[in-house]
Formats: sequence, structure tokens, C-alpha cells
Amino acid sequence: MLYREAGRFNTSYSQDQAIFPIFQDKWAIIGFVAFMYLAVPLFATSYQYEVILLPIVVFAIAALGLNVLVGYCGQISLGTGGFMAVGAFSAFKLATSFPDLNIIFVFLLSGLFAAIAGILFGIPSLRIKGFYLAVATLAAQFFFEWLFQKYEWFHNYSTSGTISAPHREFMGIIISGPRTSYEVKYWIALTFLVVFALIIKNLSRSQVGRSWMAIRDMDIAAEIIGIKPMKTKLIAFAISSYIVGVAGALFAFVVQGNVEADAFDILTMSFPVLFMIIIGGLGTVMGAMVGATFMLLVPVVIKVNPGMVSAGFTLALGIGLYFYLREKGLVRWMPLILGIAGAVYLGFFQKFNSTLAEHLVLIFFGLSIILVLIFEPNGLARLWQIGKEKLRLWPFPH
Amino acid sequence: MDGSLLGDIFTALVAVFNGFIGDPVQSIWAKPLYLVQNILGGLMVGILYSLVALGFALIYKASGVFNFAQGMMAVFAALGLIYFHDRLFLPMFGGPLYGLTILASLVATMAMMTVLAYLVERLMLRPLVNQPELILFMSTIGLFFFLEGFGETLFNFVSNSPVPMAALGIQSGPWVPVEGIRLQKVDLSSAVVAVAMVAGLWVLFQKTPIGRALRAVADDHQAALSVGIPLNRMWVVVWIIAGAVGLVAGIMWGASSGGVDFSLAFIALKALPVLILGGFTSIPGVIVGGLIIGIGERLAEIYWSPFLGDSIEVWFAYVLALVILLYRPQGLFGEKIIERV
Repeated sequence: MLYREAGRFNTSYSQDQAIFPIFQDKWAIIGFVAFMYLAVPLFATSYQYEVILLPIVVFAIAALGLNVLVGYCGQISLGTGGFMAVGAFSAFKLATSFPDLNIIFVFLLSGLFAAIAGILFGIPSLRIKGFYLAVATLAAQFFFEWLFQKYEWFHNYSTSGTISAPHREFMGIIISGPRTSYEVKYWIALTFLVVFALIIKNLSRSQVGRSWMAIRDMDIAAEIIGIKPMKTKLIAFAISSYIVGVAGALFAFVVQGNVEADAFDILTMSFPVLFMIIIGGLGTVMGAMVGATFMLLVPVVIKVNPGMVSAGFTLALGIGLYFYLREKGLVRWMPLILGIAGAVYLGFFQKFNSTLAEHLVLIFFGLSIILVLIFEPNGLARLWQIGKEKLRLWPFPH
Repeated sequence: MDGSLLGDIFTALVAVFNGFIGDPVQSIWAKPLYLVQNILGGLMVGILYSLVALGFALIYKASGVFNFAQGMMAVFAALGLIYFHDRLFLPMFGGPLYGLTILASLVATMAMMTVLAYLVERLMLRPLVNQPELILFMSTIGLFFFLEGFGETLFNFVSNSPVPMAALGIQSGPWVPVEGIRLQKVDLSSAVVAVAMVAGLWVLFQKTPIGRALRAVADDHQAALSVGIPLNRMWVVVWIIAGAVGLVAGIMWGASSGGVDFSLAFIALKALPVLILGGFTSIPGVIVGGLIIGIGERLAEIYWSPFLGDSIEVWFAYVLALVILLYRPQGLFGEKIIERV
């Protein structure tokens, strides 16, 4: 009853075609975006910008890009880090070769290079699919990482192999370089995210988006009803790599300031971005953002509150075991189990330190992927849908 | 203007030709024994790749799961062995240094991998049964992360330790059969072990009731179920076998690279191009694929790196597999992929 759709009648096609047809949704989203733009900079600290806000926004862009490929078009890619590196290094080359070019255009152009790389490595997808394609995209990952390390031209022959954001101003405001204020960085990244999200949301409702989903659901059937697989898949690769490339450029220029090719390796980029869209929800715009938030907040929480998290971890283990044993009728084993859990707690978590926190983060990511796939394959975005259903019916159960 | 441009293009073409074909041929002509040594060295590395890839192929054949975590399982098992053999009980509870004998540590490690196989089947695969293959694949990426974190928590203090080679009877040092050819004894032992293991697997699969059941499961799940083969138990069995293969692969990798640590799991990712080159379902294909990749990347590293830049090993295997896939999407030995709507 709290969330009503009834009684609202569309009287024109434009109303019918609106992105957010329900006005609560529309105003909630406008309000949320306004909050992110205006209210968050009022109280965010530099630590929060650096560790939480900027990474979340930039990784949400990368996840959005990968979601086009994996979520909408069904072509799995493990080469995200490689395409991000292409975006970052081409942005650096463009910015240093054409100092007069506005840095925003540099970001937009750097995506084009990533898109070209994406098309090149997407060509095999016309003949191979599934795991075969996943392994083929690993080629992109390792090749680009190697390329930007070995050929010094890409980082202007700097001895450390690092690229750093050059100092740029626009209308008197510093928009790039080490002296940029966090607010400006945040607004730039957020604007890219909002624009890309709107574009993807619209694309997914267009003819292109529908053909992506047809290819994803069954490519042979899609081909038979007249969708050209080559064109559709390559468009998906191009758009996905474009967005991923821009995210890479933003990661280098806005989040880090200076990066090496190593920063784009498979463990820090490709897998986490893939996890973001699986946990957040494949094939949804919201999923990419929720997933990025989840994946980046969890390590921070674990590292900031180690004692609480390890206690909670043990407690969750104990409760899970209790319910499992109760289902099996083996509750009499419970003291033994509790003893083991306690020993585990004393053995490991008592000596909690930053190394253990790193390992716990890995365990947590692995477990959350498996649990999400088992219990809610549609990701956290689906939970939002379920929540809306409940609100619609509240206070009645059905 | 035009003339000089054509001239430039011609010079560039000549440079490319020389870099890829001319110079390598010349250096092979000058030092033919060096080529033989590199082919043999590549063969040895290829055997290691095949060992890891074998674990992937076994699980894929029996359960249709593409187990991304196989390399991590190999590291996990090898570290477990080192832990049981060298450091049992030491750091966790502050007790004295105990170690099991090598036989007991092998048994303990296999017991650990058995428990792992059972838990994976019970807690991960069974709830995901009948899901699309890609979902299962992604869940094994989750397993990869979990095993890395869990393994580092458990075995962090033995990470980077050497394998107990003396206890296992692996010899070290170089072996020089002919003047100019130099091989490592460790690599030779892993070749012998690999051959023995493939032979053992062949016997297991062809001559025993369990092997027959596993082949039936690999052939057709439903038909296997209908003649009374317990599918779930077979999955546990095949994960245990993959754990054993992983243990052997982990020991051999660790022995030839000086120590076992978690970065080996990423080298083990090289088993993926081996796998797609050979075709997922064919065990001979996996062996041949491993040898092709091993030799190919060694030769490319030696003869093309003056032109392309060094350490092209990191990507050569993937690009080679990619190019071959463009011509044969099912790999060299895979069955033709037939799809129905």
C-alpha cells in the first residue's frame, strides 16, 4: 500500500515509453542523484573520497560496461583489466600529445581506442562461445598488460613505467592533476556514471538491446529470426569496451593519479569487476552500481572493524551450523561444533592483523559469489525488486 | 614523397620478415643443438601444463563443470603437503615443531582433498545442479577466491617453502646427455611422473568399475542415472581424482620452480589455453595441447623476443590458442560442437 502503481493511466506514447513510468521511481531516482551530487560533498572527508566514493563511482562505470557484454549480450569476458589499461594509457598519450585538448574529450576519445581493441578481441566471439571465449579474452588481458610494460613509448619513457595525470585547468578550475580538489574529481566521475547509465538504460530498451538479449538467451534461435550475430556481438564488444576504457582512464586520472600497467592485472581488475556484476545482478543497470558498492565497501568494513567482523563471522558460522544440524536432526553434536568454532576463533581471529584481513576479504568474496549464485542468481538488484513487491502489498502478506 | 613512403613500407616489411623468419632461421642454422635443447625444455614445461590441464578435463568430462579453481587446488594441495611434512601444529597454537613422515603427509593431504571434494559437491555443486554451465563456471571462480583466502589463512607461513624433494625421491641438478644439451633432472622426473599418472588414469578409467561408471557419466548424465549410477557420488570421486592430479601437479610445479606459493595458481591458468587447444573432452588432446603450447611458447620466447620484446611467454599461449580457435572452434581434438534450438 506504501508503493502504489494503480490509478495511474498513460494518456500519451511519451508517457508510455518513459524510462521510469512510475512517478515514485522517477522522483526517488532524481532525488538520489541530486543527493549524490549536492549533499555528499558537504560531509565527505578526503579519506572517504579516496577509499570509498571515487573507487565506487569509477568501478560502477567499469561494471556497467562489462554488464553490457556479460549481462545483456551473454558473452563472458575476463579481459576487463586489459581494456581498462588501453583506456588509461591512450588517455595518457592523448593528454600529453595534445595538451590543449580538454581532458573530458581526452576521456571520451580514449574510450574509442579501447573500443577498437574490444572489437579486435571480440572477433573470435563470432565462432566461439562460453568458456572458450572466456579464455580467449584472457589473451587480451595478458597481452595488453605486457604491451604497456614493455613498450616505453606508452608511458613516455618514464623510468618507473608510471603514467600520471597531467595538470589541466578548465575555466579557471583545476580538473586534472595532483592538485585537483576531491569534489571536482567526484563530480566528473559521477557525471560520466550518470550519462553512461542513462545511455545503457535506453540502449537496453532499444532494438540493439533487444537483439543483445536475444543473442544471450539463445544465439542460434536469434540468428534464425533475423538478428545478425556478427553485428550484434561486435556492437556489444565495442560499446562495452568503450565504457570500460573510459572507466580505465578515470581510474588512472581521477582515482589513482598515477598508475603502472600492473594496476590493471587480472586479480585486481578483471575478476572484481566480473564479481560486481554477478553479485549486483546481471543485465541490470542498477546491479552494476550495487555490486560495485558492495565489493568496495566490504574490504573497508573488514579492515576497519576487524574484531567485530571476525566475531560476526564466527557467529554466522555457528548459527549456520546450528540450523543445518537441526534440519538433519543432529543437534546433540552442537557442543562439539561450538567447540570447533571457538577453537577456530581463538586460533585465527585472535591474531587478527592486516594480512589476515586481506585473506578474509578473499574468503568473503569467494563465499559471496557462491552464495549469490545459489540463493539469488539474479543478484542484489533482484532483492530490490522483491522489496518493491512487498511494499506494494504492505501490510498484507499477499 | 610517394617513393619514400613506399620505401619506408618496404623497409618495415623487410624488418618484420627478418624479425619473424629471417633472424630465427639464421640463429637456428648457426646453433642447431640450441634448438634441440629448447624443444626438449619446452616439452618439459608442456608436460607440467598438461598435468594441470588434466585435472580440468577430468572434471569437465564427468560433471560438465569447468573448474577454474583447479590451479588453486594444486597449490592448496601442495602447500598442505608441505605443512603436514614440515610444520604440523607449529604456528597456530604455538606448540613445538612436528612433522609427519612423507607417506603420512601424502595420506593426510589426500584426506584433506577428499574432504574438500565432498564439501564442494555437497555445498556448491548440488544446489547449483541444472544451472547453465556459465553459472557453474562463475561459481568455481568464487571457489578460486575462497581457496586462495582460506589457503593463505591456513598455510601462509609455509608459502614459498620448497617441496620436500629428497623425501619424495626427486633428484635435483642438471643432466647433460650430450655436450650442448642441458636439462633439469626435476623436469625429467615430472615427465616420468606425468607419463605414469596418465597410464594410471587410463587403467582406472578403462579397467575398473569406477572408471566404467565415470565414463558412463561423462557420456550421458541421464542415461547413467537410469542404469543406477549414483551421480553425486561419481562427482565426489572425480573431484577427489582431480585433487590427486592437482597434488601431483602442485608438487612438480613447486619442485621445478623452487617453491610453492599462490602465484603458481596464475601460472596454472596457462592450462586454459592448453585445454581449449586440445578440446575440453579429450585427454590425449590435453597432453598434445600442453606439449604444443610448451614448445611453441619456448621457441617464440627464444627466437622472436629480439624482435617483439622479451617475456612474450606471458601472452603467447593465449594468442596461439585464440588463432587456432578461429580455425577450429572445438579445438584440435575436440568433438564437433552440435547445437540444437
